[in-house]
Amino acid sequence: MSVLVNKDTRVLVQGFTGKNGTFHSEQALTYGTKVVGGVTPGKGGTVHLELPVFNTMREAVDETNADASVIYVPAPFVLDSIVEAVDAGVKLIVCITEGVPTLDMLQVKRYVESSGSRLIGPNCPGIITPGECKIGIMPGHIHLKGKIGIVSRSGTLTYEAVAQTTKLGLGQSTCIGIGGDPIPGTSHIDALELFQNDPQTEAIIMIGEIGGSAEEEAAEYVKSNVTKPVVGYIAGVTAPKGKRMGHAGAIISGGKGTAEEKFAAFEKAGIAYTRSPAELGSTMYDLLKKKKMI
Amino acid sequence: MNLHEYQAKELLAKYGLRVQTGILATNEAEAGAAFDKLGGKFAVVKAQVHAGGRGKAGGVKVVKSKDEAMAVTKSLIGTRLVTYQTDAHGQPVNSVYVSEDLYPMQRELYLGAVVDRSSRRITFMASTEGGVEIEKVAEETPEKIFKVVVDPLVGLQPFQAREVGFKLGLTPDQIGQFTKLMLGSYKAFVENDFALFEINPLAIRENGDLVCVDAKVALDSNALYRHPDLLAIRDKSQENERELKASEFELNYVALEGNIGCMVNGAGLAMATMDIIKLYGGQPANFLDVGGGATKARVIEAFKLILADESVKAVLINIFGGIVRCDMIAEAIIAAVKEVHVSVPVVVRLEGNNAEVGAKLLSESGLDLIPADGLADAAKKVVGTLKEIVS
Repeated sequence: MSVLVNKDTRVLVQGFTGKNGTFHSEQALTYGTKVVGGVTPGKGGTVHLELPVFNTMREAVDETNADASVIYVPAPFVLDSIVEAVDAGVKLIVCITEGVPTLDMLQVKRYVESSGSRLIGPNCPGIITPGECKIGIMPGHIHLKGKIGIVSRSGTLTYEAVAQTTKLGLGQSTCIGIGGDPIPGTSHIDALELFQNDPQTEAIIMIGEIGGSAEEEAAEYVKSNVTKPVVGYIAGVTAPKGKRMGHAGAIISGGKGTAEEKFAAFEKAGIAYTRSPAELGSTMYDLLKKKKMI
Repeated sequence: MNLHEYQAKELLAKYGLRVQTGILATNEAEAGAAFDKLGGKFAVVKAQVHAGGRGKAGGVKVVKSKDEAMAVTKSLIGTRLVTYQTDAHGQPVNSVYVSEDLYPMQRELYLGAVVDRSSRRITFMASTEGGVEIEKVAEETPEKIFKVVVDPLVGLQPFQAREVGFKLGLTPDQIGQFTKLMLGSYKAFVENDFALFEINPLAIRENGDLVCVDAKVALDSNALYRHPDLLAIRDKSQENERELKASEFELNYVALEGNIGCMVNGAGLAMATMDIIKLYGGQPANFLDVGGGATKARVIEAFKLILADESVKAVLINIFGGIVRCDMIAEAIIAAVKEVHVSVPVVVRLEGNNAEVGAKLLSESGLDLIPADGLADAAKKVVGTLKEIVS
């Protein structure tokens, strides 16, 4: 088992024939992901990467029975693409695109919530179940099939956690990059719930960063709902107030959303945490050893 | 992107909000003429900078004559205003807003709106305690703040505004004005992609009318592509020069006060790199994300930016090659070090895709680069180079 994606997941690519869509689809295919086609309006009926191209998502889903889609279209078209995927009945929509206006996300989040679909992202690396399915831009080769579920707001920081848990032989069940935007489709809490209910996942690494209060809410959730060991980390202890640190959501506004507040929430919830991004794996390893789980 | 007070007021006035009128002046003569044109007994001269707390910092002054308006303008223009919201250098004052005098007032209220991340809704906040920092009110007397959560499906409704109006203790006539004002602000918020909106204070004049005395608007930078009119009035003089330069090359750069320059790929890892430098006793000089698609040209520009900061005494390059290849990055680093005169120690940590090839290229380059094995080792080494210099 794993969460959300596995070897049977059938993936459509929205923005298939573009530069990013092409490059990352090739990588996903090499990894073994079941990419079944893609959509580029106006190019329907053609073939790209030996796969069919469709004009609309509805047509694509009807023809391929896809249950997931990944979005590489430019930011101004993301709202349209997500709603199109929802209306076509896609269960899992992964949006990689960065720079989506916040008000678009307010609307789309409201729309997705009233449907049966789940959105991951935007502004995220995607989701991977090692050895089975890679949807997104993460490097496949650093992953190892295993027992740790990883959820993170940051791409490259997820890779750190992955590389460290791979090196220690722990491996990953599924890694979910929820993205660095203020309004993410899937939250830390959503991911925690999925990992808690997944038999393959034995422990969870949760990576957060400054801005908002999602980590505080997640800490509360862990306290009352998660029985599996959790290791937390927050980036941005040294970030100044009021400055956007790359990610749209990584900003301390009105003195709220600091790393210290978040670490304090971990402490209060009894979550093991580390202040060093170099010790994500070893903190988890020590915790599992202490609990006699390895 | 932030708007100046006068820009925010002009924009809000288009949505039917009654704002304190004013005339922009960039020199004494213009300020004098503005005073005459307003025709009041008094006027208020307000420095136009992207920062709150102007009043306490001496950036807002009531003037009683044309001469005084000119004198105050002269004393403000060309200076830098330091408020509790700015850094120690402050923000440059290039213009003042000569505004009508609204005193005396009956009451000062507060109205603001943000995108609330927890509820994932636009949320309005109103308070009877205007004219002071709202963060302080929220902390000390949260019961004096009234919140309104807007469902994006239907938008802000008049009853929601009326409810707040009653809570603020407004008269029936004022509630009519307030409802119009709040609905107008919501429309302005969604049509212009505001990230933050604030009217503080929202004054009730002696005659009972509601007027916006100060207005603050921040825009969602992700949405600027669909607001060319707003992008056109961006005042770059209010932004950090190096940060502006960085944005031209699609680099995310934020200046800090330490002495270890950082170049990292990915925003989260860039923050984590700053943090680990601190953890090992150093002080980061900047946040810099070269992005996933780091090219040679961008790495060179990144180097130039970092070294343009004279306080930088050492540099840490931390690249986790996911999709990007470390050998390509190594070549870019070598080219950059050769092109830009680098006289400080440079510690390089390459991990991931083709890291070994990259490391080999660096060691064979004959350049004085310090290789690091892992994040912790990199931080230790870069902090170590500074200690050697000191001792």
